[in-house]
Amino acid sequence: MDRIYILIMGFLSVVIVNNFVFTKFLGTCPYLGVSGRLDTAFGMGLAVTFVTALSGVLTWLVDFYILVPLHLEITRYICYIIVIAGAVQLVEMYVRKFFPPLYKSFGIFLPLISTNCVILGLCLFINIWGTDNLLEVAVLSTGAGFGFAVAICIMAAIRENLILADVPECFKGAPITLITAGLLTLAFMGFTGMIR
Amino acid sequence: MADEPQATTALYKQALIAGLWRENPTFRMLIGLCPPLAVTTAVKPALTMGLSVIFVLVCSNIAISLMRNLLKPHLRIIMFTLSIATFVTIADLYLRAFQAEMSEILGPYVPLIIVNCLIIFRAEVCASKSNVLVSILDGIGSGTGFTIALCILAGIREILASGCFFGIRIMPSSFVPLSAMQMPVGAFVTLGLLLGLSSFLTTKKKD
Repeated sequence: MDRIYILIMGFLSVVIVNNFVFTKFLGTCPYLGVSGRLDTAFGMGLAVTFVTALSGVLTWLVDFYILVPLHLEITRYICYIIVIAGAVQLVEMYVRKFFPPLYKSFGIFLPLISTNCVILGLCLFINIWGTDNLLEVAVLSTGAGFGFAVAICIMAAIRENLILADVPECFKGAPITLITAGLLTLAFMGFTGMIR
Repeated sequence: MADEPQATTALYKQALIAGLWRENPTFRMLIGLCPPLAVTTAVKPALTMGLSVIFVLVCSNIAISLMRNLLKPHLRIIMFTLSIATFVTIADLYLRAFQAEMSEILGPYVPLIIVNCLIIFRAEVCASKSNVLVSILDGIGSGTGFTIALCILAGIREILASGCFFGIRIMPSSFVPLSAMQMPVGAFVTLGLLLGLSSFLTTKKKD
């Protein structure tokens, strides 16, 4: 029971309290670039969640069973990148084979996920947190991806309404989006200190 | 034939200057936004970050420019990221050895240079298409533009949040620090306002 409690708390903490977009600024580029429409944002969020979960677990396994026993920590970043790129490639092939319409709607975004900061950031943070339990790693990585999906969906919904707002000419587009994002982080700061 | 040397000099100049303002990565192209938001609580880490980015950008531009004829389209991105990762590892180890304090503050944001869109973007747009010299100049230009943007943002945030600049107190003692500037919200809002200002200035120039 205790362990389940810890897992649930860890998940909530990484989704709400330590949301990667709002507190660590990771994945800001797709967050601003793709959040124009709710349906693309949702698809992107789901794809990132899946890749994050997969690569979080895979990099942890590589780190724990290959790099540390062989004292190859120095090549850590390069190995992480290879694993992430491989995971993205895998997802791309899978989606292309089994969900062709979804593949078409993603277009260029899918290969670009491999350069999404959330994923590499999560792998590095898992390393820093020193998690030593596969289940925890899986829960945290799913949570991080899910947090990104939540953030980008909220942002897309706000931006769909923002089109109607009367914004000064020079603030249209990215500037007002950034300020909105700032206010959103302020809202999410209300959760600080709730867990951990 | 006589025009050719002049044309190449102009090209070099162009590559060097473009990144400073016209194609400034942060203010005009809106790429590589994670570090400007994350490490700009004070000027010193921002400057360290900027210098590391210049180093990585120049080195990876050289490497990618040298192998640009060997690249296959579908393996392009992975080759870019792998060469970038190599140089980032060098920069990270250097910082850890000689700038331990800065390395502590920057934490995972140094390895995150690998997935900084700015570097991949420059590799894609410039280094994979032009010769080594142009790529080096382009790297220096964009890197400097990025560093300047980082320092402006960090300067504003540091002065408003603690009344100091580069660790030296400059505001009068009656100044009340705005601690919100230290928090994520300060980063987003300051960058948003600066972007608004920059687009205001450019549209004004056009009229």
